[in-house]
Amino acid sequence: MDTLACVKRVPDTGAKIVLTDDNQSIDTSNLGFTMSPHEECALEEAIQIAEETGGETTALTLGPPEADEQLRTALAMEADEAVLLETDGDEWGPQDTAAAIAAHVESSDAEYDLLLFGNEAADTANHQVPIHVAERLDLPAVTSIKSLDVADGTAVARREVPGGEEVYELPLPAVITVKEGLNEPRYPSIRSKMQARKKPVEEVQPERAGLDQLEMVELEAPEREEGAAEILGEGPEAVDEIVRVMREEVEVL
Amino acid sequence: MSSKELPASAETVVLGAGIVGNSLSYHLARYGREDIVLIDKGPLPDPGGSTGHASNFLMPVEHSKEMTHLTRRSIEQYKDFDTFTNSGGIEVARTAERVEELKRRVQSAKAWGEPAELLTPEEVEEKVPYVNTDIIEAGFYSEGAGTCDPLRAGEVMRERADAIASGEVDPDEVSDVDPEHVGDAEPDGGVQVQREQSSEGGLHVSPNTEVLDIHVEGGEVQAVETDRGTVEADEVVIAAGLWSPKLAKMAGVEIPLTPAVHQMVSVGPISFFEDYEGEISFPVVRDMDTQMYERQHGNDLEVGSYQHRPILWDVDDVPSIDEAPLSPTQPPLTDDAFEQSMEDALEIVPELLDDPDAGVRHEIDGLLSQTPDGAPLLGPLQDVDGLWSAAAVWIKEAPAIGEAVAQQMTRGWSDIDIHASDVNRFYEYGTSREFVKNRSHEGYQKIYGIVHPAEQWQSSRPLRTSAFYHRQDELDARFFEAAGWERPQWFESNRDLLTTYNSELADLMRPNEWDSRWWSPIILAEHLHMRDNVGLVGDMGFCIFDLIGPGATEYVERMAVGRMDVDVGKSVYTPILAENGGFVSDLSVVRLGENSYRVITGGAAGGSDKAWFRSHLPDDGSVQMVDRSSSLATLGVWGPEARNLVDSVTEEDMSHEAFPPYTAQEITIGEVDAWALRISYVGELGWEIYAPMEQGQRLWDTLWEAGQDHNVRPVGMGVYGTTARMEKGYRLYGHELELEYNPAEAGLTFHGVKDADFVGKEAYAEAIEEENTATLCTLSVDDHVSSDGERRFMLGNEPILDADGEEVLVDDEGRRSYVTSAGTGPTVGKHLLMAYLPQEYAEEGTQLTVEYMGEQYPVTVEVAGSRPLFDPSNERIRS
Repeated sequence: MDTLACVKRVPDTGAKIVLTDDNQSIDTSNLGFTMSPHEECALEEAIQIAEETGGETTALTLGPPEADEQLRTALAMEADEAVLLETDGDEWGPQDTAAAIAAHVESSDAEYDLLLFGNEAADTANHQVPIHVAERLDLPAVTSIKSLDVADGTAVARREVPGGEEVYELPLPAVITVKEGLNEPRYPSIRSKMQARKKPVEEVQPERAGLDQLEMVELEAPEREEGAAEILGEGPEAVDEIVRVMREEVEVL
Repeated sequence: MSSKELPASAETVVLGAGIVGNSLSYHLARYGREDIVLIDKGPLPDPGGSTGHASNFLMPVEHSKEMTHLTRRSIEQYKDFDTFTNSGGIEVARTAERVEELKRRVQSAKAWGEPAELLTPEEVEEKVPYVNTDIIEAGFYSEGAGTCDPLRAGEVMRERADAIASGEVDPDEVSDVDPEHVGDAEPDGGVQVQREQSSEGGLHVSPNTEVLDIHVEGGEVQAVETDRGTVEADEVVIAAGLWSPKLAKMAGVEIPLTPAVHQMVSVGPISFFEDYEGEISFPVVRDMDTQMYERQHGNDLEVGSYQHRPILWDVDDVPSIDEAPLSPTQPPLTDDAFEQSMEDALEIVPELLDDPDAGVRHEIDGLLSQTPDGAPLLGPLQDVDGLWSAAAVWIKEAPAIGEAVAQQMTRGWSDIDIHASDVNRFYEYGTSREFVKNRSHEGYQKIYGIVHPAEQWQSSRPLRTSAFYHRQDELDARFFEAAGWERPQWFESNRDLLTTYNSELADLMRPNEWDSRWWSPIILAEHLHMRDNVGLVGDMGFCIFDLIGPGATEYVERMAVGRMDVDVGKSVYTPILAENGGFVSDLSVVRLGENSYRVITGGAAGGSDKAWFRSHLPDDGSVQMVDRSSSLATLGVWGPEARNLVDSVTEEDMSHEAFPPYTAQEITIGEVDAWALRISYVGELGWEIYAPMEQGQRLWDTLWEAGQDHNVRPVGMGVYGTTARMEKGYRLYGHELELEYNPAEAGLTFHGVKDADFVGKEAYAEAIEEENTATLCTLSVDDHVSSDGERRFMLGNEPILDADGEEVLVDDEGRRSYVTSAGTGPTVGKHLLMAYLPQEYAEEGTQLTVEYMGEQYPVTVEVAGSRPLFDPSNERIRS
């Protein structure tokens, strides 16, 4: 079974977000880049499916030339092929992105049985690209999936809901978006990282369709809790101070 | 110990709560500081500096004695904190050249007293079954190596510091380690600041506190201003790792280091390790030829590299704790720089890294501190009283360095001599960003490299050139650098002298490439020419400073062993001692006038000597210190023909009667008004001539032209610093003279004990009184031929063993005998070594051996003590 896993290059999370002076983008000078965590699971799932069924995994991203780094990671995780839909570095909206991906899938020689996406990108979180792709390719789609089984032209996908889960059965090919927790993405080995650096990456320069009507006005960094841990003491002697803090500072007592 | 409020004042403020700052706090408390504030901008226990991402292994053996001793001492401390695991360590060689280097490692290990041995590839495999022995030639096994937990050690040290400083426990009670020196420290008697509100004593730890400014007034540190308030302080130590330059700048001084990337990845889980308990069960492997290491850490393998291109950061670009995903000092791995390292790692430990379940779980560009010469930056910052540096320190040395700096701060000297790491060594020439960047870039590539002891730096040169530089360059000088100064080591234009002295030199030529690297036989020929005729030597790159004022005599008297109330114009060569009677320096002092003295000392130690003198200046302003190093050009004219040459161009009478030895006079040479000192470090008649730098070239030209009638030749520092010096038995600071040895042992007691008080007097008098434990001797090599028939020449730092080559000689104080200086004496026709020998061996004619590159060579004690081998009665100097 052949799978296309779509990933996005995003700034590494986990630190205070610093914006550029014009509030138009994130200052990434101190940040590394990674693929969105949901997408990492999509990729891992695709690779596992390929390993089990003897098919191939293609990793695809739309982004600047630097997004090659994320495709190398995908290849190091044992993806078989990699495609870079190369932009000039501008952030593309979800419709343009979806149009480019769909166009590539249509024009490609490959016949994908499954198109896997992350539920949403870690940076923009539009939740849109996979749905637009499904729409354009006229494929069934299901989102927010935490468990996936594929066999004989059918996918069984499960979504967690409060108090239980929803189970979907889809005919393949289909578009499925997944969430972190679906699996445990592998760490690439040193040898596969090395080999990945030498593998080819297909580069395509898509036309930007200009469909997105949304305009970003500016970014705003959320307030952060100034929450530095403070050691109030050790052992039983700490009790008085803890009680004092709970009473006077946190006011929970 | 920790609270939100920052006290308004403290005795000592330590900036940085990494391994260094914690160690400093602990040892300062041990040595009597009772009121210490420890500040870090980050949280505890890991404030986000280099301590938090180090690979935490300690390989004790280095070619530097100081570093080996500091690491061994640190291992003792980590053991005491229960944070050390003894895994052993192996350096593997992939090349024949590296095998030689590993033999030199064994040699250094023997010299510094660390167990070590060479292993065959099979023996390496026995200890580390996963190393690919197909590609290695040998291994160097360091039994004492291991790993530590610096964050836990930091916690223990903070707890102990608080307990001691607040008086809860006695310093002796908390530690198993060497209590002998504790408790004899006295507060330094500095002026106490009036405090509005004193803290209660103990160690006050203030994490998450950002330093905004360091207040300095009248050249003295006053207070540290933070975002949680201002602390007044008597003394402040900057122990902030790669942020240290930023803090130094706040006080208007410089700590020359740059953040540099050390790439590290962690690979796991590795099933091979699952059968083993604990953090580490196999020796750490250093794959020296690829500049990498592989170290087990639980089920993971940490792979670190110094092989990649140097990646230097600007400290201002290092992110804040908030802005850094992992930590400020753990930016993301630069992938392309790590490519070759991955290949090399796969080659050396394929079995582990090809484990199908193992992947790269963690990968960083770890930031560490890189200095222009790779050594730490320690000690007092001389432009601000009370401000100290303890920066650019590796995990493996940190506990001992904290201790040594604490000893310096509290009692003026440390048990382990840390002069090679003195922060002042770059003073006034090597603190620019460009210099630090260039040298760090160059030095980074020497980490794990095979570095010849005489290897020269290539970048940022020439930086300091004397007035003679262009003339010497025309004479095809080969320049070596000292304290930034370009000094000719020898002159290729003297190559014809090799023919002249062909027969004298026949047995002294060095066929081995390593022995002759950074060396030329021309040095020996220049030496012989100078002893027969006359040579021009210079500029020596001295550090020169004048001490002027009504208090000058009293002050210099207090600083020096030698008597200073001498006649105007008289020069005195004298040891400068610490209170323990060990050497801080040796130098010449010339009385220029009733209330003025000139101090002339070696350029390399100049920065630290000045710092030492400055820190002892009287508070009442009765003595001023004026630096003359850069304004005076210094030219030595030495040899039997020196008087005839100089006399032919001076206005003054240069006869023995008019200008006796060890005196100085103003003279005029041609057009140049100069100051001449009749003294010689090469054992010849002659003068050091000091001229204003801008007239230096004229001075050179005048002597050069006149010298053509006297068969003058330019002579390099190879003669001045080594061959002639060794024949005369002259001692060199940093080689023979260190804190660990006293003047009695060094054979420098000719001053006796003067009446006036001076620093180190008590210990010095005692040392003279008692019988020596060891005595500095000059030895000669009896047989140079190695097992494969090649003549070999030792270069220094080799261990001295008994006649059978069984045991390294060790004196009653546990000090081991090693070659402090090595050099060929062409006039005496022998290769000479200096070494401190235990008293029972310090006798002329004693047969011993020296170990060099894995083989032993017979040597004989030529002189016990300081008597010159060449011209023992100094007739030449006095002629």
